[in-house]
Amino acid sequence: MEEREMRLMKGNEAIAEAAIRAGADAFYGYPITPQTEVMEYLMETDATARTGMAVLQAESEVSAINMVYGGASTGHRVMTSSSSPGISLMSEGISFIAGAELPCLLINVSRGGPGLGTIQPSQADYFQTVKGGGHGDYKLLTLAPSSVQELADFISLGFDLAFKYRNPTMILADGALGQMMEKIYLPTPRPRMTEYPDWATNGTPEGKERRFITSLNLLPQEHELVNIRLQKKYREMEKNEVRYEMIQCDDADYIIVAFGIIARIAQKSIELARAKGHKIGLFRPITLYPFPYDQIRELADNSRVKGFMSVELSAGQMIEDIRLAVEGRKPVGFFGRLGGMVPTPEEIENALYEYFNIK
Amino acid sequence: MAKIRGAVTVDNERCKGCELCVFTCDKQVLGMSTAVNSKGYHYAYMANPDACIGCTNCGIICPDGVISVYRVKVEE
Amino acid sequence: MEVNDIIKPENLVYQKSRLMAEKQFNFCPGCGHGVVVRTIAEVIEEMGIEHDVIGISPVGCSVFLYDFYKFDVVEAAHGRACAVATGIKRVQPDKFVFTYQGDGDLAAIGTGETMHACNRGENIVIVFINNGIYGMTGGQMAPTTLEGMKTTTCPRGRDVKTMGYPLNITPLLAQLDGVCYVTRHSVHTPANVRKLKKALRQAFENQRDKKGTSIVEVVSNCNSGWGLTPKQANDWMVENMFKKYPLGDMKVDGKLVMDMNAPR
Repeated sequence: MEEREMRLMKGNEAIAEAAIRAGADAFYGYPITPQTEVMEYLMETDATARTGMAVLQAESEVSAINMVYGGASTGHRVMTSSSSPGISLMSEGISFIAGAELPCLLINVSRGGPGLGTIQPSQADYFQTVKGGGHGDYKLLTLAPSSVQELADFISLGFDLAFKYRNPTMILADGALGQMMEKIYLPTPRPRMTEYPDWATNGTPEGKERRFITSLNLLPQEHELVNIRLQKKYREMEKNEVRYEMIQCDDADYIIVAFGIIARIAQKSIELARAKGHKIGLFRPITLYPFPYDQIRELADNSRVKGFMSVELSAGQMIEDIRLAVEGRKPVGFFGRLGGMVPTPEEIENALYEYFNIK
Repeated sequence: MAKIRGAVTVDNERCKGCELCVFTCDKQVLGMSTAVNSKGYHYAYMANPDACIGCTNCGIICPDGVISVYRVKVEE
Repeated sequence: MEVNDIIKPENLVYQKSRLMAEKQFNFCPGCGHGVVVRTIAEVIEEMGIEHDVIGISPVGCSVFLYDFYKFDVVEAAHGRACAVATGIKRVQPDKFVFTYQGDGDLAAIGTGETMHACNRGENIVIVFINNGIYGMTGGQMAPTTLEGMKTTTCPRGRDVKTMGYPLNITPLLAQLDGVCYVTRHSVHTPANVRKLKKALRQAFENQRDKKGTSIVEVVSNCNSGWGLTPKQANDWMVENMFKKYPLGDMKVDGKLVMDMNAPR
């Protein structure tokens, strides 16, 4: 691996630095805890002076997502970041971006809800993100980092996937990842785009047919075709883009399923359990959409595996997808903390013992 | 001495019969047909063609842009 | 001389712009929208900027704007056109970007986005069609609906005590430093259409010269919503709308030229 600069960085700042290095063309955002440092870093480091990228504080998240829509329509790499209530405000805009088949990068540094909630981390935006969030039949390709390194690496990956499928990519992070500091290898910088896709509305060149971008179609016969085309795209994503990590699942009797910050904590729980002689493994989905149904089902089919436990910072949202994957073959337990509370490794460990009656 | 003569064409199918051109014409050139187009609109036509001076006011005021205007200088 | 002798290509002095697409306008017969849409195309054609222009269509009667032009157009969500324009302009500063918005789009749901794009002085052109009603959705009250005017959501006439006052928004926007040009026109007579065309040209030139935001308001009719013939609607507009929304320049080249003490 070539020499990459190593730096101790806070998650939010890593997002910003990675965005500059990914050749982002614009960041349009609005302050909201716990992710405000993303825009502050971009302004402080003068991203515009570094690469010419536009950085603009909009007057609201509604405005910001519509600026993203505008920038995306020109075929540029455009992004925003926000946190749960702000993402809710963006729902209409996100639906429009998906409906108009435009690429963009979205980041949700989730906090406890519902409503104004709290500023501590949460994973209760899983449904909102993975099932679409805004109105209509669409999906967000969702990446769930569980380290500051992944947070940084997923920026250029997120852009590339967005352009590959002409669909928004969402990085579903949480307040813990946004605020924690870790050593990371900074992504190698790549230049901003100089050529733009054929579908972009950025002024019609002489001799070429003009383009237009819309998500409106009043003829249901035509709009059904649009939706069918979108669905084809999502089937492609499901075939090609599933990402996950399995830690010590080869000999595991019980499997914890967790993503994001909880996956990090659960790794410690497994360590503690294994020290006591219990064979516990961790299945970590990295893409929440497309969800690794097949891989979890395979584990469920394995006669050695006795059960699964979903551990989430919510009342249980990902567990529904786990149950779909397991399809009743094995029991699926749940442990969660709510309202911004984060469990200790021991709490998770004990919850596992309790649910599966392990002495 | 030269005289200005004008004439207009109306795209009958695209005319929506709003009559604004009829009211706008200072020379009372235009009228509305008794016939209707395929959408059921009466369309504008030159009822009084000799009076037209090709001032383009009707073309400008037409919301649908269905009027084209021609003008020629005629030596008397 | 016969009519057929006059109607020859070499005698052509006026026709609609070649930047108009084949699709027929969905506007009602006699609606001012049609004139404005065509006039914008004429200005763009005459300035030779058709390869560098991006229009933004709103939600409202002009939602299908993208079907009517032969240049690039993007559809925006209701009220968001000024944010979409900002998003486009910031990554493509050398393109000409204009929004086309109705009274609900610009002055109700889009008030925040409009105000802040103007406050930032985005180098865009905002075309604002003010006909005091929501046409597309069937004739409901708009922020600019006059006191006492009847619409489907104020069937006994707009009662300012419960429904608020007619919002004269352009003079408010004119006071923002980022705005360089604010002007109000109409399209009910050829003379006024010609004035509008000059104003639109000025607006696009301001964008070329990076002078900030230009707002061109057009007070227009809605004969369907108002329940009148096109001619009657124009007459009613002159009688009533112009009182509250008088025509003329409000700000030119960054300087307020309207009477700040006049009742609004």
